[in-house]
Amino acid sequence: MATLEIKDLHVTVEADNATKEILKGVDLTVKQGETHAIMGPNGSGKSTLAYSLAGHPKYTITSGTVTLDGEDVLEMSVDERARAGLFLAMQYPVEVPGVSVSNFLRTSATAVRGEAPKLRTWVKEVKEAMEKLSMDPSFAERNVNEGFSGGEKKRHEILQLELLKPKIAILDETDSGLDVDALRIVSEGINRVRENGEVGTLLVTHYTRILRYIKPDHVHVFAGGRIVESGGAELADQLEAEGYDKYVKGGASA
Amino acid sequence: MAEAQNIPAGSTTAGTIAVAAESTVATRMSAPPSFDVQDFPVPHGREEEWRFTPLERLRGLHDGTAVATGTGVKVDVEAPAGVTVETVGRDDARIGKAGKPVDRVAAQAYSAFEKAGVITVPKETVLTEPIRIAVHGEGGTAFAHQVVELGAFAEAVVVIDHTGDAVLAANVDYLLGDGAKLTVVSVQDWDDKAVHVAQHNALVGRDASFKSVVVTFGGDVVRLHPRVQYAATGGEAELFGLYFTDAGQHQEHRLLVDHNTPHCKSNVVYKGALQGEEAHAVWIGDVLIEAAAEGTDTYEMNRNLVLTDGARVDSVPNLEIETGEIVGAGHASATGRFDDEQLFYLMARGIPADEARRLVVRGFFAELVQQIGVDDIEARLLEKIEAELEATV
Repeated sequence: MATLEIKDLHVTVEADNATKEILKGVDLTVKQGETHAIMGPNGSGKSTLAYSLAGHPKYTITSGTVTLDGEDVLEMSVDERARAGLFLAMQYPVEVPGVSVSNFLRTSATAVRGEAPKLRTWVKEVKEAMEKLSMDPSFAERNVNEGFSGGEKKRHEILQLELLKPKIAILDETDSGLDVDALRIVSEGINRVRENGEVGTLLVTHYTRILRYIKPDHVHVFAGGRIVESGGAELADQLEAEGYDKYVKGGASA
Repeated sequence: MAEAQNIPAGSTTAGTIAVAAESTVATRMSAPPSFDVQDFPVPHGREEEWRFTPLERLRGLHDGTAVATGTGVKVDVEAPAGVTVETVGRDDARIGKAGKPVDRVAAQAYSAFEKAGVITVPKETVLTEPIRIAVHGEGGTAFAHQVVELGAFAEAVVVIDHTGDAVLAANVDYLLGDGAKLTVVSVQDWDDKAVHVAQHNALVGRDASFKSVVVTFGGDVVRLHPRVQYAATGGEAELFGLYFTDAGQHQEHRLLVDHNTPHCKSNVVYKGALQGEEAHAVWIGDVLIEAAAEGTDTYEMNRNLVLTDGARVDSVPNLEIETGEIVGAGHASATGRFDDEQLFYLMARGIPADEARRLVVRGFFAELVQQIGVDDIEARLLEKIEAELEATV
């Protein structure tokens, strides 16, 4: 069973000629079939966690370990991590001019699966996945993220999630900037992937809204660069009612 | 001209138009066009038409010190039946008809060449196979003149292939009769040390179509000056270009489309990728719509993709309009970087870094390559692009 294990992770970033520590000892284990929500206020470091796991060069790991089924993730390059089964759905997917969605998806699937998918089944697979996400077929001929609306970008991310079938999916604020309809479509896509029971999901979000569609098994409150509280789905309800104030102020006394 | 008076008033102008008074087509040259090299002062490098060019790397082509050597370039012409291939003296009437040299090196080439090549496709002859001109540098210095003439309603594809090592200054004239269709593919696949400076003059006949495809991969310095004029109304010109500028290379493409006649069209699309330290690409796109050229429809575009740090692009579109009675006129220039975020995005989907770069460059050029319309050239270009990427990624 696939397991992502994060132990005492410390991460720094260079900003304004200074080194700033963003993650200050994160411990978390995500197993196949589980859904973990990481919730926290702006600037708490939750997106840094997501990008550090994917291997973004901006972040420096200063201590701690990350393993996927015992393999050292931190030793892997970005593409090796993806091929090992990590997937990061990005908050701000970048435009890649000149590369069509269809070419991109096929190249990516070929890399992750280790062989080119058979053309006939592949076309069908993509078509069906796009239909389920209410994406127009013409989408496949557009350049990656070029001129996409916020909702289209997120649907495109979830389309990749469905096609690449990772072991661990990290969803960084996939709900941000979506209207209710788009949120529902995107959430249904995520749920389809979860329902096959083969993916461990790390849902990074600022808002509890998406948790009405995607029920987490575990909720973690992220503040000051670490997990400060963990619980079940009921913790999200508490955050909905009370907000992050008590965590931001640093006191557990409230 | 009778045609000019029949144009409906109120034609619209689409696209962005900039008229830079201080850098207009007319004023940017430091001397008027001339066949005589003596009419041009030796450039010092600050002139508008020379300011991007590394004069010290021209091996004397610009200052009269370059002298033709016996083994300059070897030219082989392969032409289908029905085509006349001649070597003629300087006094042949067809030489220089398409346009005068506009800078010192073109005038030097004109003043110094001894024999010219003339290729003629008789009227109404439609070729099914390309005419191939292989220009192979043998390490020396050469001045050359080539004329390609198509009679009325003739159709031909000409592929000019430049390989090897040479210092070459040349003028190439294309004369298109009424209704003729000419596609010229000029491939600059030189060795690393070659220097190639050339002016291409196309004179497009009534209702004729001219398509120029310029492909520049090699050389130390390549500076090309494709120019189009219309001999009568109804002409069309498509000028496509593709360049891949590597470390240390200087590749300069200076276009001029002179809309001197009513109801003509032009479309210019140049795309370049750059990688490596001191890779330098220059694109100058001049389009002039003269007062008489009512009903003109023109668009020009330059796109550059910078793949690594240390490369430099100068892109200067310039549209000068002397009449408002046109169908459309527009230009666009953009230079983008293949940046770390794009690389990260593609890698985060399992795609290795070198594959990611290939994907982006292939995509960038693919659309343009597909417009060339000569199958074996398209295939070869795609291969060449792959090879360029393999060599340096």
